[in-house]
Amino acid sequence: MSFFKKLKEKITKQTDTVTEKFKDGLSKTRDSFVGAMNDLVKNYRSVDEEFFEELEELLISADVGVVTVMELIDELKDVARTRNIKSSEELQPVISEKLAELLQKSEEDGKVNVQESGMTVILFVGVNGVGKTTTIGKLANKFKQEGKSVLLAAGDTFRAGAIEQLEAWGERVGVDVIKQQSGSDPAAVMFDAVQAAKSRGVDVLLCDTAGRLQNKVNLMNELEKVKRVIEREVPGAPHEVLLVLDATTGQNAMNQAKTFGKATDVSGIVLTKLDGTAKGGIVLAIRHELDIPVKFVGLGEKVDDLQEFDAEQFVYGLFSEVLEEAETE
Amino acid sequence: MAFEGLAERLQSTLSKIKGKGKVTEADVKTMMREVRLALLEADVNFKVVKDFIASVKERAVGQEVLKSLTPGQQVIKVVNEELTKLMGGEQSKIAVAKKPPTVVMMVGLQGAGKTTTTGKLANHLRKSYNRKPLLVAADIYRPAAIKQLETLGSQLDMPVFSLGDQVSPVEIAKQAIEKAKEEHHDYVLVDTAGRLHIDESLMGELQQIKEAVNPDEILLVVDAMTGQDAVNVAESFNEQLDITGVVLTKLDGDTRGGAALSVKAVTNTPVKFAGMGEKLDALEPFHPDRMASRILGMGDVLTLIEKAQTTVDEEKARELEKKMRTADITFDDFLEQLAQVRNMGPLDELLGMMPGANKMKGLKNVQVDEKQIGHIEAIVRSMTKAEKENPTILNASRRKRIAKGSGTSIQEVNRLIKQFDEMKKMMKQMSGMTAKGKKKGKFKFPFM
Repeated sequence: MSFFKKLKEKITKQTDTVTEKFKDGLSKTRDSFVGAMNDLVKNYRSVDEEFFEELEELLISADVGVVTVMELIDELKDVARTRNIKSSEELQPVISEKLAELLQKSEEDGKVNVQESGMTVILFVGVNGVGKTTTIGKLANKFKQEGKSVLLAAGDTFRAGAIEQLEAWGERVGVDVIKQQSGSDPAAVMFDAVQAAKSRGVDVLLCDTAGRLQNKVNLMNELEKVKRVIEREVPGAPHEVLLVLDATTGQNAMNQAKTFGKATDVSGIVLTKLDGTAKGGIVLAIRHELDIPVKFVGLGEKVDDLQEFDAEQFVYGLFSEVLEEAETE
Repeated sequence: MAFEGLAERLQSTLSKIKGKGKVTEADVKTMMREVRLALLEADVNFKVVKDFIASVKERAVGQEVLKSLTPGQQVIKVVNEELTKLMGGEQSKIAVAKKPPTVVMMVGLQGAGKTTTTGKLANHLRKSYNRKPLLVAADIYRPAAIKQLETLGSQLDMPVFSLGDQVSPVEIAKQAIEKAKEEHHDYVLVDTAGRLHIDESLMGELQQIKEAVNPDEILLVVDAMTGQDAVNVAESFNEQLDITGVVLTKLDGDTRGGAALSVKAVTNTPVKFAGMGEKLDALEPFHPDRMASRILGMGDVLTLIEKAQTTVDEEKARELEKKMRTADITFDDFLEQLAQVRNMGPLDELLGMMPGANKMKGLKNVQVDEKQIGHIEAIVRSMTKAEKENPTILNASRRKRIAKGSGTSIQEVNRLIKQFDEMKKMMKQMSGMTAKGKKKGKFKFPFM
């Protein structure tokens, strides 16, 4: 059985765990999935230079990044040579498995480090406009639905309207927001929030921060300070530092992961705006080079549009365009 | 792996070719491969790259490069020229309607920076053209988006038109125009909600707004960090709305900004502005030619030169030059020069514009800490007049006093004095060089 056939079955089986929404998004391509794949394989019956070139282009167009793509292609060429794979049909599963493996090395990868007892503190970092505040709103909702008590910290004291935006989410989801005035020291806000969270005994504290470009040294220092305050006030915290990445971002995402990683020890990635046409392939390169796993993906603007990351579905997404093209041909 | 400038890439390719005496067509092919990689690493869309390489190759294989004595340089020149051509040579300005108000519509994906850009553009229109813009809050979807624009409006002391988030954006835009006419605003800037280019109903809403207010300018706001998808986004926004221009945001980051090229190639509309920072005055006219160099990793020399020209006092510079030649420089001059450099903008920004600065040993990934410079200033200011003019009298006790006075440590004071001495020595060498004519070798500028 081909990998994609297996993948299809796996996705169909997952119906209970995957929300209706996600299925809807994928159903169009999924229905004709196997057929389309067959067409593609027919187009490239043999594994030759042309096939690899096509594959290279496909991965580059998904923003995987030239260096990672070249390495992957080289590895695949090696595999093809050593296992004497001549047909693209045989190589197909190797490709997808390799990509999925790279993204999800173990089951634990996608899990969020939630404390069994005591408070869990999650810090959100990232450049401007990636969707930090929105992600926090969605995640607050998720935790609340799981029966946890949640508190939000309005650490973006810089951007106009940021505090109000988080408050609007707080109202919508039904959780409190700890805030100070716009323009105040974000570290002070964090201190307040941690104290409030402690005295109220909440389960989860979600900390928003202002978006900042990673090459602004002063702003990165500020972020380090915010993290230090949390570390000092809650031993072992923050339990997760999530870097929010916009799926439309290209190779600069690697710089973001590197610099934010250095400043705040990023433990995971939230890949937002995957409901567009962008593929967010750069997370492959980030995993490959920096070993930071993806934990969540954002699939839309609704409150329940945040999903746990599924490597197989992600890889499937990388190839979806080829499938559609093959379908129309 | 970090991106290496195209110049460096070609250099290493050429070093392999060297010794052959002549560059062959195959060599050009190798070089083109490097150009392709450089562009892809800079996020230029792969289809755009393909077309681009084809046109460059044609020129390169022709007489121009093969017969040149410096084929590497020649390739870079051709690439740079073609890129600039593709980027659009001329800088283009914002539209002005024959009959005011001029209506500008801001569109784009979520998080591209539409609202912030709307505020910046309003500020730019008032500052540079003495216009009186009306800001229109038509993003009724994102929580607190209206509040964001209102806050920007109050920071700028400019009126913001809003009907809350229960009225349709089409209606808001229509009424805003009426209001602008009544109150004699000459520009109306409509901030729309971010949306996906594949969201049919929301894209339809933009078309309705367009029909209702007949804008003179539709600006697509694009995040400079956008990857390969920039093409899809720009293509569909353009198809459905016929955009008239592009604003590239977050260009103050460390992205190469290849998206600019992709967007230009598929929409054939000019990039009109670039967002260069978080402050409201950080919107600059876009220079296509400079973007070409940035994409190639060659640094933005022109901007640097321009900045230097506008901020450095010429007379003072000449005086300093004279002093430098005689190595007669004092701590006062040092402070002066520091201030002049600082006037040009944040140091790391300046370094970023210097070609090759990111590859220089010691300067690689240098993070210029503005605070550090503050320390240096404090140290110099804690010196007496005599000490500044004659640093040789700085003995241990004086150094201790200076450290205390400036709130730094003796180590820091020592380091500065040592650096200052070295600088003087270096200047002596330089002046020696000019005196004896052009003596080769020995001394090299750090950036040569």
